Amino acid sequence: MSNTDHPAHKVCWSCKGPVDASALFCDTCNAIQAPGQLDHFKRFGLTPSFVLDIDAIEATYLKQQQLLHPDRFASKSGREQALSSQQAASLNEAFETLKNPVSRAHYMLRLAGIEPEGGEGHTVNDPELLMEAMEMREALHDAADKGTIDAMIKDTRKQARACEADLGDALASNAFDTAKKLTTRLRYLMKMTEEARAKKSRLAAA
Amino acid sequence: MALLKIHEPGETPLPHEDERQIAVGIDLGTTNSVVAISREEKPEVLRDKSGGNAIVPSVVYYGEDTPIVGEAARDHINTDASRVVSSVKRLMGRGLEDVKLVAGTLPYDVEIPEKSETDNGEPMMVRLNVGNRVLTPVEVSADILRALRARAEESLDQPVEKAVITVPAYFDDGARTATKDAAKLAGIEVLRLVNEPTAAALAYGLDNGVEGLYAVYDLGGGTFDISLLKMQKGVFQVKATGGDAALGGDDFDHTIAEYLLAERKEGGASDALDASDAKRLLKTARKVKEGLTDQDAVEVAVALNGVETTHTVTRDVFEAMIAKLVTRTATITEQVLDDADVLPEDVKGVVLVGGSTRVPAVRKAVADLFEQEPLSDIDPDEVVALGAALQAEALTGGSDNLLLDVTPLSLGLETMGGIVEKVIDRNTPIPVSKAQEFTTYQDGQSAMMIHVVQGEREMVDQCRSLARFALTGIPSMAAGAARIRVQFNVDADGLLTVSAREETTGVEQEVAVKPTYGINEIDMANMLRESMIHAREDMEMRLLTEARVEARRNILAVRAAMDADRALLTPEDDQNIADAIAKLETAMAGDDRDVVNEAAEALENASRPFAESRMDSRIRQALAGQNVDEVN
Repeated sequence: MSNTDHPAHKVCWSCKGPVDASALFCDTCNAIQAPGQLDHFKRFGLTPSFVLDIDAIEATYLKQQQLLHPDRFASKSGREQALSSQQAASLNEAFETLKNPVSRAHYMLRLAGIEPEGGEGHTVNDPELLMEAMEMREALHDAADKGTIDAMIKDTRKQARACEADLGDALASNAFDTAKKLTTRLRYLMKMTEEARAKKSRLAAA
Repeated sequence: MALLKIHEPGETPLPHEDERQIAVGIDLGTTNSVVAISREEKPEVLRDKSGGNAIVPSVVYYGEDTPIVGEAARDHINTDASRVVSSVKRLMGRGLEDVKLVAGTLPYDVEIPEKSETDNGEPMMVRLNVGNRVLTPVEVSADILRALRARAEESLDQPVEKAVITVPAYFDDGARTATKDAAKLAGIEVLRLVNEPTAAALAYGLDNGVEGLYAVYDLGGGTFDISLLKMQKGVFQVKATGGDAALGGDDFDHTIAEYLLAERKEGGASDALDASDAKRLLKTARKVKEGLTDQDAVEVAVALNGVETTHTVTRDVFEAMIAKLVTRTATITEQVLDDADVLPEDVKGVVLVGGSTRVPAVRKAVADLFEQEPLSDIDPDEVVALGAALQAEALTGGSDNLLLDVTPLSLGLETMGGIVEKVIDRNTPIPVSKAQEFTTYQDGQSAMMIHVVQGEREMVDQCRSLARFALTGIPSMAAGAARIRVQFNVDADGLLTVSAREETTGVEQEVAVKPTYGINEIDMANMLRESMIHAREDMEMRLLTEARVEARRNILAVRAAMDADRALLTPEDDQNIADAIAKLETAMAGDDRDVVNEAAEALENASRPFAESRMDSRIRQALAGQNVDEVN
């Protein structure tokens, strides 16, 4: 019988015995395993959800990096070093994706088989949002002092927080069309905050 | 039966005697270098024979004999300046184009090659004319590293072949590769390239057991780095980093030198300088700068072209001269704080690194910026090497601490119109692996040029070009139909590898490039041949060690499996495996790599039937479990 019939476990490359498909280490010989195709939530032992306790995820992330990072394998064989590098890279990707609300929403949409807007070759088709973005940009352009920009940042952040809450509801109820629109809006709001901050430091430097 | 040591998953068992070599930490600086060792998490710098200075000036004198490194080389500036090379770190991984920008600020002749790229389109590395030799910066750095290695071997009284070497966080891929190449030439195996500010934080963190957000302000001889680190439960997480690879104390020296020259000119003396005069003047300027750390004014005599003049430089004047440079570090720092979304008051402590942080105006600027007095209880010249030594110990002997670093600069590809498409953003944690898909823009297009760049700007010509390669053999398709997947991998040293492949047809077309800024494999091989170290033997030794490590892992794995599933082991297999292990152990005691590998393969064959019955047994169990579930 070939072991590929059974995805629950695979062959450990080191002791050639059976090992759980999602195990980080072989429970028989302790050898580090390849990262496999886990989704980013599963990597942290979670089921997909937009509302997350990022601090708890970070704690898991750091605990796993303590075990998997290439620095832990510097005196091991080349193969173990390569696997550790792959594991650490997968873990970094998972954490970076989930940490940021926009990339987290994009990822959840893709898991649901929906391509988010604004990516490669996807234009945003929401006149209301485009108008709003244009107004924000103009307001930022006209803002000439730190106080005005600070107020704008505060306001944009507040809107972003509200948008995140709505997005969480939409994704939880599989309302993907709404979620897609809200994700685009959140992306714009984050970008505006970033641009406002950049303008603020330009003003301060001048 | 042999006793088995049980390890926690991921715990590194201590290596066996024959592999447990000592590993040092090296701070390969622009102006000064330091080597240190750590034992039981107590790092110390290695001093010269007389127990004196820990600092080795990064200066090499190329006389008729073996190159001389350090203080002794610096002494030759007065007598034979044209053969003295200093601040070579500023040229590491630099192409000709970069050097044109800094030309005139370098105290030696740079050879201008006829073309600026090799036949493969790789940028050519700068070469220096020193005396009657032509040297690359990599070779000069290798000479400095050899001297540091010699100091370590003498001080520790044993061979030293492994090291952690620090680089500025802001070093790009070319400069990192060049540093690793230099170590290779010097016969040093680089366990890890660690960013200087991260190493400094490690030195502070272990001593003080700190938690929270810290900033490391590192102003060295030629580079400026600012990093923000979050320290928690033994993990040092770099949040953001920034800097300028061409800003440092050397620039302070130049400013003073120009000031002295201008004063001489006002007094009627000529301001014409040859390379030797320039080096002597810079040496004087450095003395003035150092004097102004404790004094309000320094008086100095300058003798050039047979005319001696005396000058007084006050601290006020000096501070006005360098104000622009100091402000530039402040601006970069603010940018990094913004990147990390951090306010100065969130920062619990600021660590000062690099000799240039002794300048009072720099200290004051840092204190103003962060609204607190910076920490400087570890010597700013030694702190990086101490951290590197701690990391070297952690990598060879295990540690509870972990460094999580980031990419300092964004990495991307050239797309239509010379626009950069970013694949990996700056401040992304490493190691990282990311892919991007591209497509063809012409019907029947059979090849695609892949141009890898590093930097933050939007246009290709404003970023640093790392590598160019062509993906060929794309099957004939309509424009836009091909799916070309370009994969970027950055390893824990911050080094990039890029590969590309056409995916729609399933045809494997893969090209891997390692950006080698200017030093190609052939040059490297030639240099290794010419160099004094026995590269071939070193390489053989390394391969043998690797074979032994692999063989030992193999034996441990088989024994662990036998312990776990002894019931599945037939007496015949048991005997075969025991024989194969015995043979492998004999082979490992010898020093023929091929014999070790053959014996390892024999063990694998001997244990195969046992491994197969373990797999079968597990699958049967799983199926049985499923049946039970179905019944329920």
